[in-house]
Amino acid sequence: MSGVRALVGTRKGAFILTSDGKRQKWDVSGPHFGGWEIYHLKGSPADPNRLYASQSSGWFGQLIQRSNDGGKTWETVGNNFVYDGVPGTHQWYDGSPHPWEFKRVWHLEPSLTDPDTVYAGIEDAALFSSSDGGQNWQELPGLRGHGSGPQWQPGAGGLCLHTIIIDPSNAQRMFIAISAAGAFRTDDAGKTWQPINRGLRSEGIPDPTAEVGHCVHRIAMHRSRPNVLFMQKHWDVMRSDNAGGSWEEVSGNLPTDFGFVIDIHTQEPETIYVVPIKSDSEHYPPDGKLRVYRSRTGGREWEALTKGLPQSDCYVNVLRDAMAVDSLDSCGVYFGTTGGQVYGSADAGDTWAPIVRDLPAVLSVEVQTLP
Amino acid sequence: MIRVVLPPHLRQLAQLEGDAMLEIQGEPTLGSVLDALEDLYPVLRGTIRDQVTKQRRPFVRFFACQEDLSHEPPDARLPDEVAAGTEPFFVIGAMAGG
Repeated sequence: MSGVRALVGTRKGAFILTSDGKRQKWDVSGPHFGGWEIYHLKGSPADPNRLYASQSSGWFGQLIQRSNDGGKTWETVGNNFVYDGVPGTHQWYDGSPHPWEFKRVWHLEPSLTDPDTVYAGIEDAALFSSSDGGQNWQELPGLRGHGSGPQWQPGAGGLCLHTIIIDPSNAQRMFIAISAAGAFRTDDAGKTWQPINRGLRSEGIPDPTAEVGHCVHRIAMHRSRPNVLFMQKHWDVMRSDNAGGSWEEVSGNLPTDFGFVIDIHTQEPETIYVVPIKSDSEHYPPDGKLRVYRSRTGGREWEALTKGLPQSDCYVNVLRDAMAVDSLDSCGVYFGTTGGQVYGSADAGDTWAPIVRDLPAVLSVEVQTLP
Repeated sequence: MIRVVLPPHLRQLAQLEGDAMLEIQGEPTLGSVLDALEDLYPVLRGTIRDQVTKQRRPFVRFFACQEDLSHEPPDARLPDEVAAGTEPFFVIGAMAGG
C-alpha cells in the first residue's frame, strides 16, 4: 500500500511524520538536529530516500544535511556558500546600499531527475546549485547579475530566495521568487534570468508597478500546466497563464488577500489553496479562525474550509514553505503553523485533523508520496 | 594535549561525548587550535569562524583562564595553562536568549 512521508522543519529541529495511504494514523520521528533551526527539508523526486535538509543557527551558521534512507540517518555535506565574484550591494530597509552577505539557506529544491543535483535558495538572495549531492555549491550568478540586483530589498524576514520551481516539461526553464524583489524566470538552465512581475502592484515601493521590488511570498505550479502559475504576494493572490509574462489578481472573495502559502490540488489543476492572514502587521488569521480557502475555479471564487480547524481564539501564522500536497487519488493537503500544529486533510480539504499539535514553530512542510 | 570545551550544539554535530582533545605542534595559538579542531572535526568548518575569511562568527566567543580571548588575533599565544592542558579552552555560544 502506498504511503505518505511529511518532512517538517521547525525552529528547533526536524520531524518526520509517516502514514499509510489512509492517512489516519501517523508515526512521528524527531526531533532530528534538536535545537537547530530547520528552514526546509525536501526529498528527491528521482530517489525518495534521498533527502536534503537546511540546518542553521544564529550562533553557529549554516549546515546542510543529507539522508540516503528517508531520514533514518543523516550525514553533513558542504556548507561553503560563496557568492560568485565581488558580491556588491543590494538595498537595505531604508533604501541605502548594503553589502550582500550570506545568512542561511531558505529552500532546497532537488532536481526532478538526478538525486545528486540540488538547488539552494539563500539569504541574502541568490541561487546556488550542487551536482555532487550537496558537497560543493556554486552560485548561478546570472540571477543576481542580470541588472536589478542593486534594487532588491529585504522583506521583514530578510532578503530571501524562498521559491524554486523546476519546469517538468522543459529542463531549461526554472522559476524563482525573492522577498522582496519579485519573481524571475530562466529559459536557459539558469544562465540568464528575466523578472516576471508585470501586473503586480505593491504599495510599499516607490513605483507600485515597478519591474522589481515586489514582496512575493510564494509561487505554485501544477506539473501538468507549467505555464500556469499561482502566486501569494504580500497582499494579493495572483495568477499567470503565460509563465509569468503577466499576472492578474484572483483574490476575489477572500476575507483578506494577505498570506504566505499557496498550493495546488494534485489531480485538479484549477483547485488551489491559500491560508488568509489578517495583515502584514497582524500575522494571524482573521477573527481568530484558522481557515484554509479553496478555489475550484483557479481563483476569484473561494470557499472557507473549516471542519476540524480551530474556529475561535486561534492566532497562529502559516509560513510560506509550510503547505504541501500529496499525490494520492484523494488529494492530501497539509500545513504547519507557528503554534506547532501540523494539520492534514485526506479529502482535499473538506475535513482536517491535527497530525501533531505541539511541535516548535513550524517553518516548512513538504510531503512525499511513497510507493 | 589541549582540551577544548565545545557548546552542546557543536559537540552534537562533532559526535563528541566529552571535550575535544588536540595535539598541537609548537606553541598553541588561537588560530592553530581552531585549525587543529577543524582538521580533526571537519563538520565544524564554518560553525565557529567563516571558512574563507577565518573571522569569528559574531555570536561565538573564546574564553580561557577566566579571560575573554574573543578579540585576540589568530596568532595570539594561548595561556600556559591551556598549552599545558591543565585549563581548557572554551568555545562559547554567546548568551543571547533563544
